[in-house]
Amino acid sequence: MQTPPNPDSGALLFSQMLEILINGLARGSVYALVALGYTMVYGILGMINFAHGEIFMIGMFAAVFALGAMGSAGLVAVGITLPLAILLAMALSAGFGVMNERIAYRKLRGAHLLAPLTSAIGMSIVLQNFVMLSVTKGKVDFPRAVAQPLANTTWSLGPVQLTALQAVIFATTFALMCGLFWLVQRTRLGIALRAVAQDRTMASLCGMKVDRLIAFAFALGSALAAAAGAMVAMYQGVLRFDSGYMIGLKAFTAAILGGIGNIPGAVLGGLIIGLTEDLTSYTIKSEWKQTTAFAILILVLWLRPRGLLGERVADKV
Amino acid sequence: MTPVLKATGVSKAFGGLKAVSAVSIESHAGQILSIIGPNGAGKTTFFNCLSGIYPLDSGTVELGGGRIDGLAPHLVSRAGLSRSFQNIRLFPEMTALQNVQVGRFARSPRQILGTILRTRAWRDRERASLERSEELLAFVGLGDRADSWARALPYGLQRRLEVARALATDPKVLLLDEPGAGMNPQEIVDMMALVKSIARLGVAVVVIEHHMKLVMEISDRIVVLDHGEPIAEGSPDEIRRDPRVVEAYLGRSEEPHG
Repeated sequence: MQTPPNPDSGALLFSQMLEILINGLARGSVYALVALGYTMVYGILGMINFAHGEIFMIGMFAAVFALGAMGSAGLVAVGITLPLAILLAMALSAGFGVMNERIAYRKLRGAHLLAPLTSAIGMSIVLQNFVMLSVTKGKVDFPRAVAQPLANTTWSLGPVQLTALQAVIFATTFALMCGLFWLVQRTRLGIALRAVAQDRTMASLCGMKVDRLIAFAFALGSALAAAAGAMVAMYQGVLRFDSGYMIGLKAFTAAILGGIGNIPGAVLGGLIIGLTEDLTSYTIKSEWKQTTAFAILILVLWLRPRGLLGERVADKV
Repeated sequence: MTPVLKATGVSKAFGGLKAVSAVSIESHAGQILSIIGPNGAGKTTFFNCLSGIYPLDSGTVELGGGRIDGLAPHLVSRAGLSRSFQNIRLFPEMTALQNVQVGRFARSPRQILGTILRTRAWRDRERASLERSEELLAFVGLGDRADSWARALPYGLQRRLEVARALATDPKVLLLDEPGAGMNPQEIVDMMALVKSIARLGVAVVVIEHHMKLVMEISDRIVVLDHGEPIAEGSPDEIRRDPRVVEAYLGRSEEPHG
């Protein structure tokens, strides 16, 4: 019917564009989930959490070990084990996020910007080494029994195929993002988080326990990162103690691109970076995908130094 | 009658500067106590001491018989002391209603667990809290502006919204830092009426104010500060006649006026 897609021909077929769109959005929605954690912490504290990539990586490991444990306990129904593993990973990473806030941030809240930045980088190295020494230096495989059936189940979407794995990624990220928007915009807890972001002293005078709310924001962002970690682990099939580094950097880029501190901005930034990477892989070469992603970031920052949606500084979180 | 708020010998220095020294006040339910004094007399610092923003160097603050000095601001607020600021400090990127709801946190903490578990008790409290917030908006005259952005409200209404938010904590004591600042004469008259109606609810109101007319009109008692020290206390009539006050406040002028 058609000639096979030729990556070197400049013109993209409609089916290729759809494929890029699906792959790019799957990748981008994962970046977006991680980017939300950066943007929330920045929105509330005005600080960058450079240990966030490691929290993501811990989520990856937690999901894999949870699946492994359930598998050896004879629990194999993916419909149960996978959501359970993701939830466990989210809970564990949330705990690490709270610990991170407690150790690397709380005491330094009033300090010069460089102090918490440095302590977060330190935290990131500590966590990487912790996993490397206490778990393994080598690569760990994501349980095939879980990933394989999902990757092999496909649905035709017009001319392209959507794998069940991608469907799981879309469904999970979409559900989590909707949950976060609902929380921030529609609940009083969300009002509280925004209040802390806008005026910490005033929030405290209104009876809020500001420390706890800040820790909660860390927990929330960390849980989202862990969910993303579980999905990346599933998608890539292997993971290592340094698996969080590049994704952390890209998600941070996504948050900056969308306008750091802005929640829809983080999602937009993540999707743009994901799409750019896949577009580059198809049209140029996959080795170039990171170059173009960061080139786009620099370009956007030239034109809009505050990022795409980062106009209203006060509208943080 | 026992006072609701009793501050005794409150002192606060910054470096060598004594911002507040040995100030004592008693504030009673349903009454309005005004604190006046020239710029830099330490009035706002005193409020910051009462509300837990600054730790005290010495002195005690009691609210309803219990000590609140040394408590973190959120605990002071939960204990029943609330305040407004001289410069408006609303949450600009929230609606009027949401601003008031923020104030309800003092009365409905444990939001994190509640939002996750969504227990019946939590939902009931949320509903009650929303109703109370709407009530308070109506009370300060903003009933029809619930969904307006705080930053988009006219100045006078922003001030009233701050009062509503402060009231949302169900305070026993309300500290108002220059509620009439920057207002036009009509708005000041309206604000006076609002402050009086708050006192009528049984709240002990403490007001810092520059507008003499407002002060003389609404106060049951007045405390005068100068250079951080209390120099006079009494009824509006006594204060009006006190020569020390006249001198401190207006230099050599005859009588304080607005």
